[in-house]
Amino acid sequence: MKRAQFSSPLLPYFLLAPQLAIIFIFFYWPSAQAIQSSFYIEDPFGFGATFVGLENYTTVLGSSEYLRIAQFTLVFTLIVTFLSLSIALVLAVKADAVLTGASTYRSLLMWVYAIAPPVAGLMGIMFFDQHIGPLVDLAALFGWDMRVGVNYYDTAFAMVVIAVWKQIPYNFIFFLSGLQAIPKHLREAAAIDCRSELRRFWTVTLPMLAPTAFFLLIINMTYALFDTFGIIDVVTRNEPANNPLTLVYKVYLDGFRSNDLGGSSAQSVILMIVVLVLTMAQFRFIERRVHYG
Amino acid sequence: MATISLEEVRKIYAGGVEAVKSVSMDIADGEFIVLVGPSGCGKSTLLRMIAGLEEISSGTISIGDRVVNRIDPADRDIAMVFQNYALYPHMSVYNNLAYGLRNRGVPKDEIDRRVKEAARILEIGAFLERKPKALSGGQRQRVAMGRAIVREPAAFLFDEPLSNLDAKLRVQMRVEIKRLQKSLGTTSVYVTHDQLEAMTLADRLVVLNGGAIEQIGDPISVYEQPASTFVASFIGSPAMNLIPVSVRDGRATLDSETAAGGSSLSGPDLGNGTGYTLGVRPEHFVPASERPAGPGDLSLTVTTTVLEPVGAESYLYASIGGDSGATGATVTNSSAAHVVIRVPAAARHQPGEVLSFTATADRLHAFDKTTGKRIPR
Ligand SMILES: Nc1ncnc2c1ncn2[C@@H]1O[C@H](COP(=O)(O)OP(=O)(O)O)[C@@H](O)[C@H]1O
Ligand SMILES: [Mg+2]
Repeated sequence: MKRAQFSSPLLPYFLLAPQLAIIFIFFYWPSAQAIQSSFYIEDPFGFGATFVGLENYTTVLGSSEYLRIAQFTLVFTLIVTFLSLSIALVLAVKADAVLTGASTYRSLLMWVYAIAPPVAGLMGIMFFDQHIGPLVDLAALFGWDMRVGVNYYDTAFAMVVIAVWKQIPYNFIFFLSGLQAIPKHLREAAAIDCRSELRRFWTVTLPMLAPTAFFLLIINMTYALFDTFGIIDVVTRNEPANNPLTLVYKVYLDGFRSNDLGGSSAQSVILMIVVLVLTMAQFRFIERRVHYG
Repeated sequence: MATISLEEVRKIYAGGVEAVKSVSMDIADGEFIVLVGPSGCGKSTLLRMIAGLEEISSGTISIGDRVVNRIDPADRDIAMVFQNYALYPHMSVYNNLAYGLRNRGVPKDEIDRRVKEAARILEIGAFLERKPKALSGGQRQRVAMGRAIVREPAAFLFDEPLSNLDAKLRVQMRVEIKRLQKSLGTTSVYVTHDQLEAMTLADRLVVLNGGAIEQIGDPISVYEQPASTFVASFIGSPAMNLIPVSVRDGRATLDSETAAGGSSLSGPDLGNGTGYTLGVRPEHFVPASERPAGPGDLSLTVTTTVLEPVGAESYLYASIGGDSGATGATVTNSSAAHVVIRVPAAARHQPGEVLSFTATADRLHAFDKTTGKRIPR
């Protein structure tokens, strides 16, 4: 590592200032605001705020609706993470077998990720459209009368499918580069040591891929928790009614549609804590078992 | 343990490169074969075809009495040691060794016995629980060897296993590999571009050139009777001197010299009346003062350029011909007429010194000027 020398002791802080300012203005300041307003009840018409201590929290955590949404969020996150990781991994393994360093092909696949979540949601919802959606037609063939936006489970199903569909290319790219980074000689040594390809995959390929998988696990859980907002918004057609929602969407609903800024802030703070705990737990328990070559 | 036989084995890569051109050979049970040749001559390709890591374009490879062309690497009963060791980074040394045995359903206590035994032989017992990244290059090399040994395979395949080690370790491991192979008696095919490694390890050398076998033989006979200028210049260091000569009036002279029996080089007619490439090893020159040239011998006059001491001896780099101005010799193409001569360590030659040497008839090699093949005597 090269040690930089600065003529003035203030210069490094000066150079860091824009970055620190961005982090402060866009991350810490809103967080601090949220924490502060979570202890107040704001008058819906903007006539001041009343300090209520932990009341917002107790209200939120005592609400059966909130707990139901939390439960759905958990299930949704686990399913989306599991499916988008495993499907992408299978595709990457298949692609890796036929691909020898064709990077143009790889970056073409990456383009899918440039689709913004609401756009993905819109495209996805067309698949599930009551009149023109091919997936609805397909389901009908099996006697499944799919009613996205009306039936709770059908809506949840559509959300999962679109969220997974949107995330697969991203995971695929990372898995594929991870696979291609495994030294050729290592695979060959394994080919001599072990006849079963499947067994080689579990015992050599997957452990070598663990750092990538660990990274993607965190990214995907965060994605399922937060970045699916746009998809949910489109699938529920902005009419939550009794459709499945995630916690993030609930924050938005309560804060901006119901103008319950205090309750919404309390939910945000709860989410922040969840993410913090989740990330720490992942690093603590999983990273320890991951080999970084 | 097994024999290995190759019959007209060829490899044409997808791009159209013919990396191996119809190679046939038989490897005896327990034999240590070294494939040697410059980089890109197809050594690794050939070895990898034996291992099953590369498909065979045509021909047949048998291990023991079984044709293995269509058999998976894992089922060929071979073990391979790779250049960069290819140890599994996420497994301990113990598991690296045990992995191939577990996948073959060897009982646990038998695995343990073999791993401990290999660890003892290779002196890696102290780090069986370590991961490969916590080992030095030499230790990793031993682990890679251990992984091959525990398998007790029919054949060991080595692809330049020592080329990532420093010079001292390389010599040490070379000796160890040879000792191990002799005590285990396992048929081995070893690939290297290092001619010294090849000479010291091989029961039989296979010199490859451009994907084809140039010569097969035991190291000494390859050294003493190189089949071509390619082998002559590849085996031995410094390389054999190769001097193009013309034959005039029954005597060989430098191409550039016109007079019969030329003023700076005079040798026997080994080309049946036509010019040939004369080969002499650096160690086969004797000062003319000690041994005057007989009728079949070579006599040579040179001008010293550099003296290179290597300790036990020195190598004299010189250009053929006396000091041109003084003797009137016409050395027109000086770059083609350089020689290396081994001299005693005590020799104290100065640059520009004019010296005469002889080489006896039995030390001279003759090669065809166009094909490079050895001309039989
Ligand atoms: N996978 C490959 N695809 C195409 N050509 C290859 C491949 N591997 C090796 N070659 C070519 O085949 C020739 C022999 O290669 P190799 O067997 O690795 O030589 P060596 O081990 O003697 O250095 C070289 O010209 C090399 O470029
Ligand atoms: Mg090679």
